[in-house]
Amino acid sequence: MYSDMADEKPKSSIRDQINQNLKKVYEEALQEEVPDRFKDLLAQLKAKEGEK
Amino acid sequence: MTSSSKANSSTEARDPREELPDHLGALRAFALSLTRNSASADDLVQDTIVKAWSNIEKFERGTNLRAWLFTILRNTFYSDRRKRKREVADPEGIHAASLYEKPAHDGRLAMNDFVVAFDQLSPEHREVLTLVGASGFSYEEAAGMMGVAVGTVKSRANRARARLAEMLGLEEGEDILSGSDRNSLAVMGKSGVAAA
Repeated sequence: MYSDMADEKPKSSIRDQINQNLKKVYEEALQEEVPDRFKDLLAQLKAKEGEK
Repeated sequence: MTSSSKANSSTEARDPREELPDHLGALRAFALSLTRNSASADDLVQDTIVKAWSNIEKFERGTNLRAWLFTILRNTFYSDRRKRKREVADPEGIHAASLYEKPAHDGRLAMNDFVVAFDQLSPEHREVLTLVGASGFSYEEAAGMMGVAVGTVKSRANRARARLAEMLGLEEGEDILSGSDRNSLAVMGKSGVAAA
């Protein structure tokens, strides 16, 4: 349906496709659960700070 | 816990370290885009947290904390990489890409093909595309984080996109490769010089 238009603007559609995929890759990574070690680390750093 | 009410002056008074938990997911996603390996990404995030915590006085209140954290993360990544001297410098991913086979596809990108091609890019190219293409930073913000001029960010992003398109056999890449190989190399060489 849009094939004629796609011929006119190949660059922007490639760019869109790439951007969509980049976002997907990034969002998949964002959805992964943050490991507990980071929350533990922050708690430790905070506790150390309190001792000072 | 941290209700992210990004409201007003109350954020100024608050210790920015209190906000670190809000950025862990994004830091990890950015680290993954650089390392492409979850164990290395986690180590990188860990080092970033420790550095951010102990250097928090260097953070300018009212500026973008996430951008500041991303800057620490990418600087840590590149300095670790420089320390591992055995690694061959391959900023354009030329060596990596030479081992790569183009996927056969019907014009529509398959996610898996994309991921495989993305993995072949140099970290510098993955970085610029992640910052401006995926995580929504402006070219100006990306330039600040990467410590380069805005024009460099733009040209690096363009080259990264062109390389991806080429690896994926998309039309833009085909354009680059159409005609004799010599012509295409000349074109790429020129844009490379202007860009870098």
